Amino acid sequence: MDYLRPRTWQDAVALKTENPAAVPINGGTDLMVDLNFARRRPASLLDLSHLEVLKRWGKSNGTVELGAGVTYTDVLEHLPGDLPALAIASRTVGSPQIRNRGTIGGNLATASPAGDAHPPLLATGATVRVESMRGTRDVPIGRFFTGPKSNVLEPDELIRSVLVPTARGPQQFSKVGTRNAMVIAVVSFALALDVPGRHVGTGIGSAAPTPLEAADAAAYLGQELDRGGYWEAHRELPAGIVEGFAERVAAAARPIDDVRGPARYRVHALRVMARRTLRWAWSALATDGSCAH
Amino acid sequence: MDPVLIELTVNGRSRTAENVWAGESLLYVLRERLGLRGSKDACEQGECGSCSVYLDGELVCACLVSAGQADGAEVVTVEGLSDGEALHPIQQAYVSEGAVQCGFCTPGLIVATHCLLDANSDPSDAEIREALAGNLCRCTGYEKIVSAVRLAATETAPG
Repeated sequence: MDYLRPRTWQDAVALKTENPAAVPINGGTDLMVDLNFARRRPASLLDLSHLEVLKRWGKSNGTVELGAGVTYTDVLEHLPGDLPALAIASRTVGSPQIRNRGTIGGNLATASPAGDAHPPLLATGATVRVESMRGTRDVPIGRFFTGPKSNVLEPDELIRSVLVPTARGPQQFSKVGTRNAMVIAVVSFALALDVPGRHVGTGIGSAAPTPLEAADAAAYLGQELDRGGYWEAHRELPAGIVEGFAERVAAAARPIDDVRGPARYRVHALRVMARRTLRWAWSALATDGSCAH
Repeated sequence: MDPVLIELTVNGRSRTAENVWAGESLLYVLRERLGLRGSKDACEQGECGSCSVYLDGELVCACLVSAGQADGAEVVTVEGLSDGEALHPIQQAYVSEGAVQCGFCTPGLIVATHCLLDANSDPSDAEIREALAGNLCRCTGYEKIVSAVRLAATETAPG
């Protein structure tokens, strides 16, 4: 097995074109498990973990661009105000040891249906920036995942960064597991309310072959909030609207029975999580009117 | 370029390991090539924390770092915390509180506790539990471990 250690991003992109079978490694929290257990023996490893440019993030025009090597610890410690849902989700990832190494870019590359970063990235309408020698392309997060552990990346492409809109209203994330740490989500859900944009974003994890948006639920909630004037006056939400939203979120799921939980449980839990995250987000809005202006 | 030679600093000493397979873990390098068996090899998947070490100042599971990635790095293992035969105050606190049973998880917990107290000299019980959530102990039920961290916090507190 060859070990390729590019010194610059340009070298990394060139090496990926020359060695399309090379497997990128950054935090190693997924890939090293496969190597340790001899489940994978790639022809070569492409080590991206020393590229400082991937570890940076920048803010401009209402967007945070996260380099592919930004870790969960980085998001948790430095970006909870800009990216609240992603920060909440990051805190639920593994343990401090895992959060120090695991990266947002690696989570996208692995593309597990249970990846913790995915629901917040879906709910906030993030964009994945992908590069190769052929150029750069931006992939909307909703089109990035193509199946369990697969995505739209071509063999010569690498994830450069993720562009996430800065929060313009309350965001929440909820995850069900058998303990508070070191769990793969049984099911997870993220909600983002864009108050000035009057837009509702959602993301479901671990309840379909890919992470997915609950588009009907989001559209329903957006319409109800418009119709009742709730975006302007943060009155208490009627139970009917909360339930209508929760029902539609649950209906969007396409879960399976597996070792972590039965499909029926996942649907039930999603309904509960949709209801709770909406109530949490709404109470934040009611107590902090500044989100709206 | 396979196998490779790697050079790294371990507990302040410059070390080299030859004929390394780039895909082997830093944990394997530490234990089998450098003879540092303090870091324990248990789950090999980042679940148990028994191999916790500092890599360039950050707490990581050595089993999830590839040897190639560790080339040029600065590593501190549990062996690097004590002063010769004299136990570090955190190690002494684990002994005093009876927080060690079979002992397999202890080195990882000592390093994770060191990392916690370095950042937060007076952690609450909730903060202790969150900081040690990646370190599994199958013997003690954690109560004595949490007590040991509390004791260590008073022993190592600045001033």
